[in-house]
Amino acid sequence: MARMVVEPSGSAGRTARLAIIGTLAGLFSGLFGVGGGIVMVPLLIVWLGYGAREATGTSLAAIVLIAAVAAATQAGYGNVDVAKGLLVGVPAIGGVLVGTWLQQRVPQKAIALTFSVVLVGVAIRLVIG
Amino acid sequence: MIEAALIGVLAGLFAGLLGIGGGALFVPALTLFLGLGQVDAEATSLLAIVPTAIVGTWRQRSYGNVRERDALLLGVLAIAGAIGGVVIANAVPERALEIMFAALQLYVAIRLARDALSTPEPVTSDTAAR
Repeated sequence: MARMVVEPSGSAGRTARLAIIGTLAGLFSGLFGVGGGIVMVPLLIVWLGYGAREATGTSLAAIVLIAAVAAATQAGYGNVDVAKGLLVGVPAIGGVLVGTWLQQRVPQKAIALTFSVVLVGVAIRLVIG
Repeated sequence: MIEAALIGVLAGLFAGLLGIGGGALFVPALTLFLGLGQVDAEATSLLAIVPTAIVGTWRQRSYGNVRERDALLLGVLAIAGAIGGVVIANAVPERALEIMFAALQLYVAIRLARDALSTPEPVTSDTAAR
Protein backbone atom coordinates (compact mmCIF):
# COMPACT_ATOMS: atom_id res chain seq x y z
CA MET A 1 0.00 0.00 0.00
CA ALA A 2 1.33 3.39 -0.96
CA ARG A 3 -0.61 5.34 1.68
CA MET A 4 -3.82 5.50 3.61
CA VAL A 5 -6.55 7.39 1.84
CA VAL A 6 -8.74 9.60 4.00
CA GLU A 7 -11.96 10.01 2.10
CA PRO A 8 -15.03 11.96 3.19
CA SER A 9 -17.37 9.59 1.38
CA GLY A 10 -21.01 10.18 0.58
CA SER A 11 -20.94 13.98 0.65
CA ALA A 12 -23.27 15.50 -1.91
CA GLY A 13 -20.83 18.33 -2.63
CA ARG A 14 -18.13 15.83 -3.39
CA THR A 15 -20.35 13.91 -5.78
CA ALA A 16 -21.33 17.17 -7.46
CA ARG A 17 -17.65 17.95 -8.01
CA LEU A 18 -17.08 14.51 -9.48
CA ALA A 19 -20.08 15.09 -11.75
CA ILE A 20 -18.64 18.38 -13.02
CA ILE A 21 -15.19 16.88 -13.56
CA GLY A 22 -16.71 13.84 -15.28
CA THR A 23 -18.90 15.92 -17.58
CA LEU A 24 -15.99 18.16 -18.62
CA ALA A 25 -13.74 15.14 -19.19
CA GLY A 26 -16.45 13.44 -21.23
CA LEU A 27 -16.91 16.53 -23.42
CA PHE A 28 -13.15 16.79 -24.02
CA SER A 29 -12.89 13.09 -24.74
CA GLY A 30 -15.76 13.04 -27.22
CA LEU A 31 -14.79 16.30 -28.92
CA PHE A 32 -11.06 15.64 -29.29
CA GLY A 33 -10.68 11.85 -29.26
CA VAL A 34 -8.56 11.91 -26.12
CA GLY A 35 -9.09 10.32 -22.73
CA GLY A 36 -9.89 13.46 -20.75
CA GLY A 37 -7.02 13.02 -18.31
CA ILE A 38 -5.87 16.56 -19.04
CA VAL A 39 -9.12 17.76 -17.41
CA MET A 40 -9.41 15.19 -14.64
CA VAL A 41 -5.87 15.08 -13.24
CA PRO A 42 -5.56 18.77 -12.26
CA LEU A 43 -9.17 19.03 -11.03
CA LEU A 44 -8.85 15.91 -8.85
CA ILE A 45 -5.76 17.49 -7.30
CA VAL A 46 -7.21 20.97 -6.79
CA TRP A 47 -10.86 20.18 -5.93
CA LEU A 48 -10.60 16.83 -4.19
CA GLY A 49 -7.15 16.96 -2.65
CA TYR A 50 -5.71 14.03 -4.60
CA GLY A 51 -1.98 13.37 -4.75
CA ALA A 52 -0.46 13.52 -8.25
CA ARG A 53 -0.07 9.75 -8.65
CA GLU A 54 -3.55 8.96 -7.30
CA ALA A 55 -5.00 11.53 -9.68
CA THR A 56 -3.14 9.89 -12.56
CA GLY A 57 -4.24 6.37 -11.59
CA THR A 58 -7.88 7.24 -10.89
CA SER A 59 -8.10 9.33 -14.07
CA LEU A 60 -6.76 6.41 -16.12
CA ALA A 61 -9.41 4.11 -14.64
CA ALA A 62 -12.20 6.59 -15.44
CA ILE A 63 -10.81 6.93 -18.99
CA VAL A 64 -11.53 3.24 -19.64
CA LEU A 65 -15.26 3.96 -19.30
CA ILE A 66 -15.23 7.41 -20.90
CA ALA A 67 -13.26 6.34 -23.99
CA ALA A 68 -15.40 3.20 -24.37
CA VAL A 69 -18.61 5.25 -24.38
CA ALA A 70 -17.18 7.87 -26.76
CA ALA A 71 -15.75 5.18 -29.08
CA ALA A 72 -19.10 3.38 -29.18
CA THR A 73 -20.86 6.65 -30.03
CA GLN A 74 -18.32 7.35 -32.80
CA ALA A 75 -18.81 3.79 -34.06
CA GLY A 76 -22.49 4.66 -34.41
CA TYR A 77 -21.45 7.37 -36.89
CA GLY A 78 -19.31 4.78 -38.72
CA ASN A 79 -16.09 6.70 -38.00
CA VAL A 80 -14.00 4.05 -36.21
CA ASP A 81 -11.25 2.31 -38.21
CA VAL A 82 -10.69 -0.84 -36.14
CA ALA A 83 -7.56 -2.06 -37.98
CA LYS A 84 -5.77 1.28 -37.65
CA GLY A 85 -6.91 1.56 -34.04
CA LEU A 86 -5.23 -1.76 -33.32
CA LEU A 87 -2.13 -0.70 -35.22
CA VAL A 88 -1.49 2.17 -32.79
CA GLY A 89 -3.33 0.73 -29.76
CA VAL A 90 -1.58 -2.63 -29.45
CA PRO A 91 1.99 -1.21 -29.48
CA ALA A 92 0.77 1.32 -26.91
CA ILE A 93 0.06 -1.50 -24.45
CA GLY A 94 3.79 -2.26 -24.39
CA GLY A 95 4.48 1.44 -24.00
CA VAL A 96 2.12 1.90 -21.09
CA LEU A 97 3.63 -1.06 -19.22
CA VAL A 98 7.09 0.49 -19.49
CA GLY A 99 5.68 3.97 -18.77
CA THR A 100 3.96 3.07 -15.50
CA TRP A 101 7.03 1.16 -14.38
CA LEU A 102 9.24 4.15 -15.21
CA GLN A 103 6.84 6.60 -13.54
CA GLN A 104 7.71 5.18 -10.15
CA ARG A 105 11.45 5.57 -10.86
CA VAL A 106 12.45 8.52 -13.05
CA PRO A 107 12.22 12.32 -12.67
CA GLN A 108 8.85 13.49 -14.00
CA LYS A 109 10.08 16.98 -14.78
CA ALA A 110 12.23 15.87 -17.70
CA ILE A 111 9.43 13.66 -19.02
CA ALA A 112 6.82 16.42 -18.88
CA LEU A 113 9.13 18.87 -20.65
CA THR A 114 10.00 16.35 -23.37
CA PHE A 115 6.33 15.61 -23.92
CA SER A 116 5.44 19.29 -24.12
CA VAL A 117 8.06 19.80 -26.86
CA VAL A 118 6.60 16.82 -28.77
CA LEU A 119 3.10 18.31 -28.53
CA VAL A 120 4.18 21.74 -29.78
CA GLY A 121 5.77 20.05 -32.79
CA VAL A 122 2.60 18.07 -33.44
CA ALA A 123 0.39 21.15 -33.14
CA ILE A 124 2.51 23.09 -35.63
CA ARG A 125 2.51 20.16 -38.03
CA LEU A 126 -1.30 19.79 -37.75
CA VAL A 127 -1.98 23.42 -38.58
CA ILE A 128 0.56 23.62 -41.42
CA GLY A 129 0.02 20.09 -42.78
CA MET B 1 2.80 1.89 -40.88
CA ILE B 2 5.97 1.44 -38.83
CA GLU B 3 5.95 5.12 -37.82
CA ALA B 4 2.36 4.77 -36.59
CA ALA B 5 3.21 1.69 -34.52
CA LEU B 6 6.25 3.47 -33.05
CA ILE B 7 4.12 6.47 -32.14
CA GLY B 8 1.73 3.98 -30.56
CA VAL B 9 4.54 2.79 -28.29
CA LEU B 10 5.47 6.39 -27.51
CA ALA B 11 1.83 7.29 -26.77
CA GLY B 12 1.58 4.38 -24.35
CA LEU B 13 4.84 5.35 -22.73
CA PHE B 14 3.68 8.91 -22.06
CA ALA B 15 0.23 7.67 -21.01
CA GLY B 16 1.88 5.53 -18.35
CA LEU B 17 4.27 8.27 -17.30
CA LEU B 18 1.89 11.22 -17.20
CA GLY B 19 -1.59 9.69 -17.04
CA ILE B 20 -2.39 11.59 -20.23
CA GLY B 21 -1.03 11.51 -23.73
CA GLY B 22 -2.59 8.43 -25.24
CA GLY B 23 -5.03 10.32 -27.41
CA ALA B 24 -2.84 13.40 -27.80
CA LEU B 25 -0.42 11.24 -29.83
CA PHE B 26 -2.85 8.65 -31.28
CA VAL B 27 -4.82 11.31 -33.15
CA PRO B 28 -1.82 12.89 -34.97
CA ALA B 29 -0.33 9.41 -35.63
CA LEU B 30 -3.57 8.46 -37.36
CA THR B 31 -3.89 11.67 -39.39
CA LEU B 32 -0.23 12.20 -40.32
CA PHE B 33 0.90 8.59 -40.90
CA LEU B 34 -2.22 6.56 -41.59
CA GLY B 35 -4.12 9.07 -43.71
CA LEU B 36 -7.30 9.41 -41.64
CA GLY B 37 -9.32 12.63 -41.49
CA GLN B 38 -9.54 14.44 -38.14
CA VAL B 39 -12.94 13.00 -37.11
CA ASP B 40 -12.08 9.41 -38.09
CA ALA B 41 -8.71 9.77 -36.35
CA GLU B 42 -10.43 10.95 -33.15
CA ALA B 43 -12.95 8.10 -33.31
CA THR B 44 -10.18 5.55 -33.89
CA SER B 45 -8.01 7.07 -31.17
CA LEU B 46 -10.85 6.53 -28.68
CA LEU B 47 -10.87 2.84 -29.55
CA ALA B 48 -7.07 2.61 -29.15
CA ILE B 49 -7.26 4.36 -25.76
CA VAL B 50 -9.45 1.64 -24.21
CA PRO B 51 -6.87 -1.20 -24.06
CA THR B 52 -4.09 1.27 -23.18
CA ALA B 53 -6.13 2.65 -20.28
CA ILE B 54 -7.13 -0.83 -19.09
CA VAL B 55 -3.51 -1.96 -18.86
CA GLY B 56 -2.40 1.36 -17.35
CA THR B 57 -5.14 1.14 -14.73
CA TRP B 58 -4.17 -2.43 -13.85
CA ARG B 59 -0.57 -1.33 -13.28
CA GLN B 60 -1.51 1.86 -11.38
CA ARG B 61 -3.81 -0.22 -9.18
CA SER B 62 -0.92 -2.42 -8.13
CA TYR B 63 0.88 0.72 -6.96
CA GLY B 64 -2.18 1.69 -4.88
CA ASN B 65 -2.91 4.75 -7.03
CA VAL B 66 -6.53 4.05 -8.09
CA ARG B 67 -9.59 5.09 -6.05
CA GLU B 68 -12.12 2.72 -7.58
CA ARG B 69 -15.31 4.34 -6.31
CA ASP B 70 -14.38 7.80 -7.56
CA ALA B 71 -13.16 6.40 -10.89
CA LEU B 72 -16.47 4.60 -11.40
CA LEU B 73 -18.46 7.72 -10.49
CA LEU B 74 -16.35 9.87 -12.83
CA GLY B 75 -16.81 7.40 -15.66
CA VAL B 76 -20.56 7.06 -15.23
CA LEU B 77 -21.12 10.80 -14.76
CA ALA B 78 -19.05 11.48 -17.89
CA ILE B 79 -21.33 9.50 -20.23
CA ALA B 80 -23.59 12.41 -21.19
CA GLY B 81 -20.60 14.68 -21.80
CA ALA B 82 -18.81 12.06 -23.88
CA ILE B 83 -21.81 11.53 -26.13
CA GLY B 84 -22.32 15.30 -26.40
CA GLY B 85 -18.67 15.78 -27.34
CA VAL B 86 -18.88 13.18 -30.10
CA VAL B 87 -22.05 14.79 -31.48
CA ILE B 88 -20.30 18.19 -31.58
CA ALA B 89 -17.18 16.67 -33.20
CA ASN B 90 -19.38 15.27 -35.97
CA ALA B 91 -21.29 18.53 -36.40
CA VAL B 92 -18.51 21.13 -36.74
CA PRO B 93 -16.38 21.57 -39.91
CA GLU B 94 -13.40 19.19 -39.86
CA ARG B 95 -10.84 21.99 -40.36
CA ALA B 96 -12.24 23.80 -37.31
CA LEU B 97 -11.91 20.62 -35.28
CA GLU B 98 -8.32 20.24 -36.50
CA ILE B 99 -7.44 23.74 -35.36
CA MET B 100 -9.19 23.29 -32.00
CA PHE B 101 -7.25 20.06 -31.54
CA ALA B 102 -3.96 21.83 -32.32
CA ALA B 103 -4.90 24.52 -29.78
CA LEU B 104 -5.55 21.80 -27.20
CA GLN B 105 -2.10 20.32 -27.92
CA LEU B 106 -0.50 23.71 -27.34
CA TYR B 107 -2.46 24.24 -24.14
CA VAL B 108 -1.43 20.82 -22.83
CA ALA B 109 2.20 21.50 -23.79
CA ILE B 110 2.24 24.85 -22.01
CA ARG B 111 0.60 23.44 -18.91
CA LEU B 112 2.96 20.49 -18.69
CA ALA B 113 5.99 22.72 -19.13
CA ARG B 114 4.73 25.26 -16.60
CA ASP B 115 3.91 22.59 -14.00
CA ALA B 116 7.25 20.88 -14.53
CA LEU B 117 9.16 24.12 -14.11
CA SER B 118 7.21 25.46 -11.14
CA THR B 119 6.81 22.41 -8.90
CA PRO B 120 9.54 20.76 -6.86
CA GLU B 121 10.57 17.29 -8.05
CA PRO B 122 8.32 14.82 -6.18
CA VAL B 123 9.70 11.53 -7.50
CA THR B 124 12.60 10.98 -5.14
CA SER B 125 10.73 11.39 -1.86
CA ASP B 126 7.67 9.55 -3.20
CA THR B 127 9.70 6.59 -4.33
CA ALA B 128 11.54 6.51 -1.05
CA ALA B 129 8.24 6.37 0.85
CA ARG B 130 7.07 3.39 -1.13
